[in-house]
Amino acid sequence: MEFFRFKRDIPFMRHALLFNVISAITFLAAVLFLTTRGLNLGVDFRGGTVIEVTYAHAVDFNRVRAAIDKLQLGEYSAQSFGASDTALIRLPLKEGLSTAQLSDRVMAALKSDDPSATQKRVEFVGPQVGKELYENGALALLLVSLGIVAYLALRFEWRFAVAAIIANLHDVIIILGFFAFFQWEFSLPVLAAVLAVLGYSVNESVVIADRIRENFRKMRKASVMHVIDNAITSTMSRTIITHGCTLLMVLSIFFFGGETLHHFALALAIGICFGIYSSALVMAALVMWLGVSREDLVKPEKKRSGPEGEKILP
Amino acid sequence: MNRYPFWKYLVIGIALAVGILYMVPNFFPEVPAVQVSSSKTSVKVDSALLATVEETLKAANIPFRGDALDPTGIKVRFNDPDTQLKAKDVLQAKLGDNYIVALNLLSSSPQWLASLGALPMYLGLDLRGGVYFLLQVDMKGALDKAADRYTTDIRSLMREKKIVYGGVGREQSNVVLRFSSDAERAKARNEIEKAFPDLQVRELDGTAGELRLVAGLKPDAQKRIQDGAVQQNITILRNRVNELGVAEPIIQQQGGDRVVVQLPGVQDTARAKDILGRTATLEIRMVNDEPGGLEQARGGQVPLGSDLYQDRNGEPLLVRRQVVLTGDRINDAQSGFDSRSNEPAVHVNLDGTGARIFKEITRENVGKRMAIVLVEKGKAEVITAPVIREEIGGGRVQISGRMSTRESNDISLLMRAGALAAPMEIVEERTVGPSLGKENIQKGFDSVLYGFVVLVVFICIYYQLMGVISAVALTINLVLLVAILSLLQATLTLPGMAAIALTLGMAIDANVLINERIREELRWGATPHAAIQAGYERAWNTILDSNVTTLIAGLALLAFGTGPVRGFAVVHCLGIMTSMFSAVFVSRGIVALIYGGRKKLDKISIGQVWRPAVSATAKPVKT
Repeated sequence: MEFFRFKRDIPFMRHALLFNVISAITFLAAVLFLTTRGLNLGVDFRGGTVIEVTYAHAVDFNRVRAAIDKLQLGEYSAQSFGASDTALIRLPLKEGLSTAQLSDRVMAALKSDDPSATQKRVEFVGPQVGKELYENGALALLLVSLGIVAYLALRFEWRFAVAAIIANLHDVIIILGFFAFFQWEFSLPVLAAVLAVLGYSVNESVVIADRIRENFRKMRKASVMHVIDNAITSTMSRTIITHGCTLLMVLSIFFFGGETLHHFALALAIGICFGIYSSALVMAALVMWLGVSREDLVKPEKKRSGPEGEKILP
Repeated sequence: MNRYPFWKYLVIGIALAVGILYMVPNFFPEVPAVQVSSSKTSVKVDSALLATVEETLKAANIPFRGDALDPTGIKVRFNDPDTQLKAKDVLQAKLGDNYIVALNLLSSSPQWLASLGALPMYLGLDLRGGVYFLLQVDMKGALDKAADRYTTDIRSLMREKKIVYGGVGREQSNVVLRFSSDAERAKARNEIEKAFPDLQVRELDGTAGELRLVAGLKPDAQKRIQDGAVQQNITILRNRVNELGVAEPIIQQQGGDRVVVQLPGVQDTARAKDILGRTATLEIRMVNDEPGGLEQARGGQVPLGSDLYQDRNGEPLLVRRQVVLTGDRINDAQSGFDSRSNEPAVHVNLDGTGARIFKEITRENVGKRMAIVLVEKGKAEVITAPVIREEIGGGRVQISGRMSTRESNDISLLMRAGALAAPMEIVEERTVGPSLGKENIQKGFDSVLYGFVVLVVFICIYYQLMGVISAVALTINLVLLVAILSLLQATLTLPGMAAIALTLGMAIDANVLINERIREELRWGATPHAAIQAGYERAWNTILDSNVTTLIAGLALLAFGTGPVRGFAVVHCLGIMTSMFSAVFVSRGIVALIYGGRKKLDKISIGQVWRPAVSATAKPVKT
């Protein structure tokens, strides 16, 4: 069985402008959603309390809300979580009330209303810790980007490094854009997924960059555009199979991993899909426009007349 | 061609054998167990105790599956939770307060595996249930408390040296004294500097020209007090946790002013929170026994300088506001018995300054009552209010009279537990119920299993024999990853399990790269042997590059992540390492084993290799 049979190189680079325009539009849309709607930050980053409660029967939210309203805690949200017998209650930070007291009071209220209420999980993050987690997350993102740029610049060339990081950061922004648009909760595991995607889609860029370099060596007479087209076409099969396999695993997490990993898997899935697109079409085009040439990657074979280090002295 | 040297097979063989050995403990089910450890450093857990435990259980007719002594304590395994609970009660009653008897779930893997260090993976709180707290120690509070203590100390110093002063009080973390003459001030300064080398004394006159001395802590003393405060709080937390009877608690300092508390497997999370979250301070004050004062206070008119409190039986009591001693002057409090009357008693041990103050106070107040007040969350409760019989010097105090053994136990515990050096606040909490932990394990396991099965089926169909080889390599990858996680006892969390799934999905990339490359070589007419050779060699560079970039992301996560994310990062990083080994090294070994021996190889079973009919433009221009 073989899925991909390319008779000739697909002229991707002829349409480079089109792909990049599509990319730019998606990117701008993501930025727009991020600025207008913003991320729906979870307790991890914003601080606050989350309580997961299960009942012996389907949750009656009117009663749950009525029970919590009595406590006069101000703003809060209660919604179902995963199954119909599970409720997730989110309480924002409140001055002068510690978590232990807060979650205990809520649980006591729910229990007195319905004895079958069982606390499954409580998460509380104070304002300071939330801020730190947020800062650490941003710092990790920055470090990953710098690390990747440095490595690629070392292994290939600065043009590849710059193109790869632009292409992949644009994936990150698009994932964030999705989270902003649908207002999915952005939590610590999602951040982990985003960073994993960054590392993972760089894979893709590396594979293509590798092939471009190899082609420059092999296809001496071909134009830069042709070299890139051939590199993308010949790695296409591998790209689809690999990403398909990874996506299989991610879907398995999505379907079997439960509610906690739901958004984590979602972020990975979006990242993988856009990773293919951006590595192949955005990264390669950027490299082309940055003016990559054969001489940048293939060291000219010098004709040496003697052992290295020998100098001709006047 | 494509032969593999013997030593490489040896490496693979050893890696696989070790991998399986360390993976195996994960497959034994967990059984209920009771764990006995010592609650004090002075009490040793040894084979004599093991014998006692065995005898106690036999005497009580409780069957057990086996017991063992290891550095963490004595572990006894049982057949079912009911016997476990019964055994715990029997052992706790027999062994008493010096030992912690805790319920736990232990793997039923054989002892010889455990002695090799082959243990099941260490599950995080989200998988086994439990409580995680991050507590912040209030450093300013610690300094304020120190200043409070110095205020009292300086006051008695002034009295001792008969220095006339206008008043002493605390302003923020400084002690401020007022004087009416320069001579007295100079004398006072001299004495304070001599008595308290940690204080920096300055002459700072007030706005109205009053003569003042301001004494503040020197920076190194501040640091010492803050470090001491964190350490003392950790000790207190440890005592509180011991009270809970948790099998494997973790209490650690994090950064300069934070403490992490992890209580895995705690069933009653509300109680754990309650006991840990106690922000109690202990104060010793004098009881105001002036006639009529109590009646007046109950009528709503509390006399100036006094507070109306209740004792543990609900009896009202009028207590003077001035604090004689704070809890941090108490070195230790133990329950025991009066040596003369054999009544239950609490033995309290005070530090040097505490002993001096106590001597003074008891001399001046014979026949009066003093109250030991526990202030918890702004609510004060009188633990006990004994009558002072005589002057007590030397810092060894005994509280006795009309209390039961249980009461004396409670009081000593409260006195010990109350001595927090600085207030603490919970800044992060994650509580996972035990049922959710089990669900999470199941979910994590399912996502790995189903994903893995589908992946293997697909790869085997698509690449045929080479696919089977890839699948075997992937399985070995999984074995090695689980083995390393078990060996390192790295914490496995639910995101960590997701990372196992994800890592497998990414690891197949290396094999896909190799297989695609081999097909491509075959397409352009390479002989099978040459194609395998070239496939592995050309793919290697790419595999290395792509794994390094993924590793960079993983390491950054490891450095900045906390809790579940850290669990993800650990698995991710380890998975990348094992996948490089298995996808390249191991799979090549298998290929060499199958194809390497054949001199004449016509075909590789790698699925259909499609060849373009006409010479296509896609063909690289050969140089």
